[in-house]
Amino acid sequence: MNRKYYGQLIFELSRKGRRGSYVKREDLPGMPADALSAIPSQLLRKEPLGLPEVDEPTVVRHYTNMSTNNFGVDTGFYPLGSCTMKYNPKINEEVASMPGFRNIHPLQDDFSVQGCLRAYYTLQKLLCEIGGMAEFTLNPYAGAHGELTGLMVIRAYHDSRNDKKRNVVIVPDSAHGTNPASAAVAGLKVVEVKSLPDGTVDVDALAALLDDTVAAVMMTNPNTVGLFEHNIPRIAKMVHDAGALLYYDGANLNPMLGVARPGDMGFDVMHINLHKTFSTPHGGGGPGAGPVGVRAGLEEFLPNPRVIKSDDMLFCEFETVNETTSLGRVSSWLGNFCVELRALAYILTLGREGLMMAGKLATLNANYVKESLRDLYKLPIDRVCKHEFVFDGLVDKSTGVTTLDVAKRLLDHGYHAPTIYFPLLFHESLMIEPTETESRETLDGFIAVMRDIAREAVENPETVRNAPHDTPVRRPDDTAAALKPVVTYQQMIADDEK
Amino acid sequence: MYYFTETHEYVNVEGNVGYIGITEYAQNELGNVVYVDMPETGDDVIAGEDFGAVESVKAASDLISPVSGAVIEVNEHLIDNPRLINEDAMKNWIIKVELTNPEELGDLMSKEEYDTKFKI
Amino acid sequence: MSSQYFPHTPEDIAAMLERCGVGSLDDLYADVPASLRLKGDYDILPRMSEDEVRKFFKALAGENSQLTCFAGGGFYDHYAPAVIDYITSRSEFLTAYTPYQPEISQGTLQYIFEYQSMMASLTGLEVSNASMYDGTTALAEAMLMAVAHAKKRNRVLVSKTLNPIYRKVLYTYARYHGVIVDNIPEKDGVTDLVKMEKMLADGGVAAVILPTPNYFGILEDYTGVADTVHAAKALLIMTAPASALGAIKSPGEWGADIAAGEAQSLGMPLGFGGPYLGYLCCTKALMRKLPGRIVGATTDASGQRVFVLTLQAREQHIRRDKATSNICSNQGLMALYAAVYLSLTGPDGLREVNEISCEKAHYLAKRLEETGAMELKYPDKPFLNEFVMKWKLDTERFDNYALDNLGGIFPGLILDDNEIMICVTERRSLDELDAYIERVREIIDAPVANVEI
Repeated sequence: MNRKYYGQLIFELSRKGRRGSYVKREDLPGMPADALSAIPSQLLRKEPLGLPEVDEPTVVRHYTNMSTNNFGVDTGFYPLGSCTMKYNPKINEEVASMPGFRNIHPLQDDFSVQGCLRAYYTLQKLLCEIGGMAEFTLNPYAGAHGELTGLMVIRAYHDSRNDKKRNVVIVPDSAHGTNPASAAVAGLKVVEVKSLPDGTVDVDALAALLDDTVAAVMMTNPNTVGLFEHNIPRIAKMVHDAGALLYYDGANLNPMLGVARPGDMGFDVMHINLHKTFSTPHGGGGPGAGPVGVRAGLEEFLPNPRVIKSDDMLFCEFETVNETTSLGRVSSWLGNFCVELRALAYILTLGREGLMMAGKLATLNANYVKESLRDLYKLPIDRVCKHEFVFDGLVDKSTGVTTLDVAKRLLDHGYHAPTIYFPLLFHESLMIEPTETESRETLDGFIAVMRDIAREAVENPETVRNAPHDTPVRRPDDTAAALKPVVTYQQMIADDEK
Repeated sequence: MYYFTETHEYVNVEGNVGYIGITEYAQNELGNVVYVDMPETGDDVIAGEDFGAVESVKAASDLISPVSGAVIEVNEHLIDNPRLINEDAMKNWIIKVELTNPEELGDLMSKEEYDTKFKI
Repeated sequence: MSSQYFPHTPEDIAAMLERCGVGSLDDLYADVPASLRLKGDYDILPRMSEDEVRKFFKALAGENSQLTCFAGGGFYDHYAPAVIDYITSRSEFLTAYTPYQPEISQGTLQYIFEYQSMMASLTGLEVSNASMYDGTTALAEAMLMAVAHAKKRNRVLVSKTLNPIYRKVLYTYARYHGVIVDNIPEKDGVTDLVKMEKMLADGGVAAVILPTPNYFGILEDYTGVADTVHAAKALLIMTAPASALGAIKSPGEWGADIAAGEAQSLGMPLGFGGPYLGYLCCTKALMRKLPGRIVGATTDASGQRVFVLTLQAREQHIRRDKATSNICSNQGLMALYAAVYLSLTGPDGLREVNEISCEKAHYLAKRLEETGAMELKYPDKPFLNEFVMKWKLDTERFDNYALDNLGGIFPGLILDDNEIMICVTERRSLDELDAYIERVREIIDAPVANVEI
């Protein structure tokens, strides 16, 4: 434990002549000493490499010190809404680091990688059962990448029917920003549909937007306010009657585990965030994985390569089977394989019993926190929520304490902050998602602190406004960072010299 | 003579030349401006279409041109000092345009109309 | 309790339901129409004990063959020092999310800043983002970035000497985004630069994409290319395996505007295809068009130097459909792999990795030619550590050699009926090289019918 902010860059620890690793050099009979010098010099690097020169103990201490200024799920409660920060089981890490997986070159022949292909195939089938879909690809690398792939599936489907004028995607105004951004990358135009005051999609407004230019409607269910879109059967029928497909953004799948399946709700294409619902670690922003599922009839549009079973042997097929229909290729190989292994380990560990309970416990935890704080934090939509819910700041805003201040004050108490200022439907959004792996005592501790902060905001608002006080660093100057961006050490040095 | 859009741009017209910027109301909503994305001299702008954006730390607003024309100058002071917009949005225009269709001015709001609609 | 990961006792559940004012867990889902509810349980096996899970995966891993790797093709078997696993498995790094709260995320923010600095130096460019998913998607994002920058021009020229896997991903992104990809032909293993000039002259080109080394391992001479490309108002995008940039001329030195590619070679396991790490770097002039996260330096309220996510107004959560990309995350943990790897090797170590790989590759190529069974396909072209050999004997013997993993050797990637692409890294010992040559000699000497397949 070292609470002091370390603050040095590895470059600042560099001393000429130090090394943190060596490679064995062998005398190769009949070869000149330096093969690089035989390469024409105009093809070789001349600029010096701006890398640090440090010994191994320095590297280890540097990064270990830095890690102590970081907060993870293992450090403490992480109620970051929309991110499903559940516990990351340790057996998953062991599985992903088994030499029989990590030392496998992706281009080895199929016969020498049957175990890898079987893991991929098994997870595909399990996700089909959980999603209510006919087929899955595990190739997309992240949720956003899955969305993009899913929209490409939808475009490939319309193209196959020569239905070329469908170039519009409808997304709710409460959607994650990723939805419209993915649509734009996939070459589609975005039209927003309004939400009703109760937070769900305005079905009449949607009906008015549906015509023969609509390729897809993207929805999150439960939506970003944590509410189940109970009109979904009607919406699905309307979308299908208009000739469009219905896309399920799986960001909020967790509370649906053991309750209902997107396929049964009428969704045609979906993605799943393995790093949310299936417990793989977030790694400070990645790697994740974003498998995409499709209902029967859309399988042929999925990306290559794909894993196919034949006589109990598994094969990795690339472009031969479905060259004309497949959307093409979105990844170098079969996705983030070692992330897929972790998700598979999680599903096998939970098994049928665990999977049937996960969603319900996540929902219970969220409602428990909501009901315990609603007298002090403004609850704009008063309904039973699912895995998460949104407060619109404090009930008593008289002292001007904002959601940002509350979030920062939580850091002082050893909690990660909830998601703030999203969704955009409310000015002071504070979005809380506890997940099912938190105990009642943990939630009670959080509730008590949230109540203390609400009281402090009235009695001693300056303390909240200037928070955090007890973290390795204080609030950074974001404006200065954006006005004059300093994004490398080299630039920092050059600026200092000026 | 100033004309205004619903999307908070103004064009200050002098003869055949228009100075386009964002309104006081807009800069106030955005907060500290950290970057202005501007077109290049010689580019064409079209009324109702975006020609750039104004960014603050946690928001961004597209710039929608009030008029059509050719860009004859961009305000280079904004490259190093985008905060000029916060200091005086009405004086620190973003681009200078030679109008190709002055009749478009008829579709815009007068100062009185804009001020009534968007009171700070 | 239904799982070791769920803390809830029946008493907890009862008390919590009471606070929520509902009678049962199912009542929390009263708004889900009955017709949509699962009928019964999932058709999935009951839970496994941890020991069963471990055994299940050990058995699966046992179905794979761990081979002595002489294959590359974009995925490289370099040595990863033990420190990397040790640091990257620290849970403060592993179990954190994107560093939204900088006050408690300086660890992540600082190593990303270090990673950005290291990648900018390796590629010879000024700015790096906080990383992308992998090399193929990083290059696709570079293409979209160039097209967005070019505004009306939407044609991209891609050399046929670029790895076909990368080309396929580019085609996919281009097809849906409305970008026209034209292939620059290959001539004798290298990009036909005369054709490239003609294609540029046809106009409408936003960017030219060139590899170094190229797919066949050849270090192409791009002297003057950047000027030609820039004269046509197009951007030059280059891609290289990150590790090779320790020795070969960098994209920045060639005059490229954007460098994008795969950084798996910086200490990441092969892992059957991922997770890996895409890098994306550019000139300062293009910084605002760069997709993905970027970390910058600033000061905090007490005046000390700290790091934050910056330039966020480019990103999807603010710009939605006008964002530079839909990417939300970065490949944070893998960027830590690269940062720790490059800290350990330093400039001399990284150069040494390339020198030794290069020496051993040339040794193997020479010895294989000496067997009389093979020859270099491009004998007059310089290569770093990957090269294409042509088989001169009968096809049966080639198949026995190229398809044979029995000796525990992955001999290379088959490109054609009698062509194989071989890669040698610093990990391959002299003994392994000699064993490879020995195996080839056995195949040459054996009567065809007797060779085991």
